[in-house]
Amino acid sequence: MKNILRYFKPYIWQFLALLVMVYLMVAATLALPDYMATIINKGIVANDMAIVWHSGRIMILLALGAAGASVFVGWFASRIAAGFSRDIRAATFAKVESFSLHEFNTFSTASLITRSTNDVQQIQMVMTMLLRMALMAPFMGVWAIIKAYQNAPSMTWIMGAAVAALIVIVSVLFKIAIPKFKILQKLVDKLNLVSREILTGLRVIRAFNREPVEEQKFDNANVELTKLNLFTNRLLVIMQPIMMLIMNITTLAIVWYGAHEIDMGSLQIGQMLAFMQYAMQAIFAFLLITIVFIMVPRASVSVDSIGEVLGTDATIKDPEKPVDVSNMHGGKVEFDDVFFSYAEADEPVLHDISFTALPGQTTAFVGSTGSGKSTLINLIPRFYDVAKGSVRVDGVDVRDMRMEDLYAKIGFVPQKGVLFSGTVASNLKYGAPNASDDDVVHAAEIAQAKDFVEQLDGKFDAEIAQGGTNVSGGQKQRLSIARAIIRKPEVFIFDDSFSALDFTTDAKLRQALVAATKGKTVLIVAQRISTIMNADKIIVLDEGRIVGQGTHNELMTTCDVYREIASSQLSDAELRSHPGHAPATLATEGAI
Amino acid sequence: MSAYNQDKAEQSGVFPGGARPRPMGGGNPMGMMGVAQKPKNFKKTMRQLAGYLKPFRVSLAIVVVFTIASTIFAIASPKILGRMTNQVVNDFVNRTAYDQLIKQLPAGTKLPAGTTGADLLKRMPASVTSKIPGSALNTINKLDLTSRPTFDYAKLMEIAIELLVLYGLSAIFSYIQAWVMTNVTQKVTYRFRKDISTKIGRMPLRYFDRTTHGEVLSRITNDVDTVSQTLNQSLTQIITSVTMIIGILAMMLSISWQMTLVAIITLPLSFGLIGFVVKRSQQYFKKQQDTLGHINGHIEEMYGGHNVMKVFNGKDRSIATFGKHNTELYGSAWKSQFYSGLLFPIINFVGNLGYVGITVLGGYLAIHGRINIGDIQAFIQYVNQFNQPIIQTANIANVLQSTAASAERVFEFLGEAEETPDPASTKTLARVQGAVEFDHVQFGYNPEKVIINDFTAHVDAGQRIAIVGPTGAGKTTMVNLLMRFYEVNKGAIKVDGVDIRTMARADVRKLFGMVLQDTWLFNGTIRENLAYGKPDATEAEIVEAAKAAHVDHFVHSLPHGYDMVLDEEANNISQGEKQLLTIARAMLIKTPMLILDEATSSVDTRTEVLIQQAMDRLMAGKTSFVIAHRLSTIRNADLILVMRDGNIVEQGKHEQLLEQKGFYASLYNSQFTEAITA
Repeated sequence: MKNILRYFKPYIWQFLALLVMVYLMVAATLALPDYMATIINKGIVANDMAIVWHSGRIMILLALGAAGASVFVGWFASRIAAGFSRDIRAATFAKVESFSLHEFNTFSTASLITRSTNDVQQIQMVMTMLLRMALMAPFMGVWAIIKAYQNAPSMTWIMGAAVAALIVIVSVLFKIAIPKFKILQKLVDKLNLVSREILTGLRVIRAFNREPVEEQKFDNANVELTKLNLFTNRLLVIMQPIMMLIMNITTLAIVWYGAHEIDMGSLQIGQMLAFMQYAMQAIFAFLLITIVFIMVPRASVSVDSIGEVLGTDATIKDPEKPVDVSNMHGGKVEFDDVFFSYAEADEPVLHDISFTALPGQTTAFVGSTGSGKSTLINLIPRFYDVAKGSVRVDGVDVRDMRMEDLYAKIGFVPQKGVLFSGTVASNLKYGAPNASDDDVVHAAEIAQAKDFVEQLDGKFDAEIAQGGTNVSGGQKQRLSIARAIIRKPEVFIFDDSFSALDFTTDAKLRQALVAATKGKTVLIVAQRISTIMNADKIIVLDEGRIVGQGTHNELMTTCDVYREIASSQLSDAELRSHPGHAPATLATEGAI
Repeated sequence: MSAYNQDKAEQSGVFPGGARPRPMGGGNPMGMMGVAQKPKNFKKTMRQLAGYLKPFRVSLAIVVVFTIASTIFAIASPKILGRMTNQVVNDFVNRTAYDQLIKQLPAGTKLPAGTTGADLLKRMPASVTSKIPGSALNTINKLDLTSRPTFDYAKLMEIAIELLVLYGLSAIFSYIQAWVMTNVTQKVTYRFRKDISTKIGRMPLRYFDRTTHGEVLSRITNDVDTVSQTLNQSLTQIITSVTMIIGILAMMLSISWQMTLVAIITLPLSFGLIGFVVKRSQQYFKKQQDTLGHINGHIEEMYGGHNVMKVFNGKDRSIATFGKHNTELYGSAWKSQFYSGLLFPIINFVGNLGYVGITVLGGYLAIHGRINIGDIQAFIQYVNQFNQPIIQTANIANVLQSTAASAERVFEFLGEAEETPDPASTKTLARVQGAVEFDHVQFGYNPEKVIINDFTAHVDAGQRIAIVGPTGAGKTTMVNLLMRFYEVNKGAIKVDGVDIRTMARADVRKLFGMVLQDTWLFNGTIRENLAYGKPDATEAEIVEAAKAAHVDHFVHSLPHGYDMVLDEEANNISQGEKQLLTIARAMLIKTPMLILDEATSSVDTRTEVLIQQAMDRLMAGKTSFVIAHRLSTIRNADLILVMRDGNIVEQGKHEQLLEQKGFYASLYNSQFTEAITA
């Protein structure tokens, strides 16, 4: 809450102006019945048309004033709500952009997206409503009650009774309904789950002849949901008739008791009619307040979600006194006794990792899933920080240089080809905005992307849709490889980046890369032995520890884990046929 | 095209198609401000919807009758309340007049019984009578002066009771109406969902392979919800609004035509202003929607590609882009809110103008004795009620449009082509050997584009067939055809000499055990999942299958073992373990034939060995079709089917195919290229 309220400060003057306008609006609106009473008491009953005209004119002015004030209320309310949410949105976005992978894991990407989009929107919506409508309620309620009291003090209890009755009914209904809404949400989720299951498992369901069972499952969820919906709706539709009934009976009571007051001479007719108007306004104000009670809890969930994000500081930050690395080149990568564990885990993911990757050499990492090879490689660009030991690039601990300087040295190719909306060229130039067109074409050529790019509509200016959905997985990987090449980095990191390529492209690409990565430090993570058989140094990981370092041939004799992995993938003949020739599988990726 | 690509595309989206319910009933009070979706064919959809509502015609008739009744009662009551006020005013005025007249008389004057005000005035000097205004004269003339007039409480009570009854009836009727309508809409919603679900069962896979799941899901949830909610809203609103407009107009006219005229004159004014405001605000709403789309897209993209953004030093640029969109959003957001917010003051202002006009005119008329104060009060109540139905009617077109748009999407889905039903008399195989024959098979996913041309092959019982080819070559097509997920265009697939199209689909599918890479497991316990193909399997059978598939051991290491519930976020089960579970599931049903898809790179090497062993065990002695990636599988296959661009281009054994020096040979040999690391 505190994290969020801070952002309201710039709007405090506008908010005060808004309050003044709300006050004026309510004052003008509530003055109207008074003049009506005057028209009746002094005009009609006393047969004085001049008073009727005079009061009428004032009433028109008041109506105009009320309308004018409420236009201003709308103006301030919209500007405050939109401005406030703009500021929160910007703050949240900037905050998330500064997060490291650690924070992304804690929150989850999907949840961060929801917080930055839906939650902000929710706050904006509720805030507009509150400022424009609900703020009026307390003014109007209190004032209407005071006015009513001035007109007919002895009848004020009728208003109290009406509001009390409404409070009782509304709270009873909510008491019953709100727990049901939570169940309702669960049932809706259940129905969605069953539907999604039926759709994703269509082939299996049909293969196992289980359509009737799944249909029954859906029907059960459907019946359950329908039943509860019937219950809650039947409950809720009682609201309106009861509300009307209470308002009607209130009016009737006012006339009935008003008659007695008039009879005793303590009330005038016009005042009775004015009282009626005030009573309705008080009830209306009360209803507005109930809406606030419905809306605020919903928004407060959003406020909390965003507050959490804003209150979280990125665990990985630039050092206060960064080492100047502008004169350091080469790209040597060293790991020195590195330990790493994820925040919630008790067991370190990486134990005691030490190695040096030299410029001009290819260093490869293999190991089964969960052995920690991707984690290891993520430590170089500081997606995570080590728990112990250090990671050095060009002899400087990565934590001692500015991240921007570190990143300038790195060409990173992620596991999944991630592209951004824009054009092919804008994506390739993402890491090197000043690259020339020749650079772009050249990089695409190396990455084996030129051929397919030139077949696209618009070639290098072809549109890339959000998330790169209009190019295939293999094409995305090739474009992300080209994007890394354009930067001419000192260190190349390939995190299992060849998996979506078919084998011919894969082979051609790797051949072309030899020239492009000459003299650079190349780090490759791979699942398949054939991809890395020829590396200068292969580092074998098992359960977060290095269990072997060396070339393929060395490891085949010295490392059991390596041998096990290799022999599960390659036939004896292929293993022996090394160096240089090793088919592992016919299709690198097994997509159907 | 791969059948599963769409799944992947869908999974990458962050928001699944699930809709949130709106239990409070439509959150946006300014509903008419939004941009309504438009149906393609409004009339046709409405006819279809009417057909859907036909079973509920009695209920709907009740709704109509009770709505009208409740509305009429509601309309009648202000005038009656006005009568009550008039009674009070009348009694009050009479007494005031009496008191004033009596004051003029000398104290102790006894008036004979039956003396009226008129008699008394005759005796008064002209200097007094000329001062009395005309309207008061009428009151005085009729006044019985023998006793001081009292308030007629009996009469008041009579009216009050009449009103109470009316209010009560109106409330009860309106609740009955709402209750019945709730039943109707909930039942229609249920029916819609059920029909969609059974429809899914009858539709060919072809449809789902080209439609995303999100799209189908959004029909089950969003569209059905919209139809039921707007149905409820629009139907009740139409009846209420029309009844109210007519009723209120009639009542107003019965009080005073001049005042009615004032009330109506304000209408074009409010329509004009509302129209202007709606047009402006819709324009900004649309802009806001678009900008919001951009901003959300940017957020999704940047958060999804956080690593890449960071490591390519894109943070400042990303924040700058965001800032640009955000400023734009601010502009359209506050303007759309401001303009739509004008609606409230405008309606209020015009309402107030009418109110003032009526009070003044009413005052004038009352002074001239043409109407009573109670009438003014009733009239004001009517004017207050008049705005609501008129705004609603203006909005009804929008509501109906979005009902129709949603209903149309549901009906479109329900109208999709279905699978041809099984023939009336189907053949069954008494004892299955497992010989499969492809007899001049021709097939294409689109009728215009044949991809498999005249494919003929013979598979003996117990043989192992490897299907190979590069990514995207259409290896699943064989699965689709064998399982009859798709039908061949021409030719036939025969099992033991029987054309599978002459068999019931269920019987064909019983012949095959199927293990796909898509490791679909449903939300239920591991035990239930293993017994999926044979729900009455004994514990012993389940454990046996689990042991054969190497899952028994790891299942025991899980919390609750076989009773552990697998849910969507079952993170403690790896992809490889899931695959093993699907193998065990296929193992349990003991089919004569098998369809397998070999493991991929996403599984770690040790699990892969386990999977391989389990698959070998599963295949023993059965006719098996394997989508193969491993050389050992391919080399040992009795028959290799080589696929390229959807077609089967070569078939034979490994050595044979190598000798042919065709596509298979080049596929195999192209692996021997220098790698990057050389």
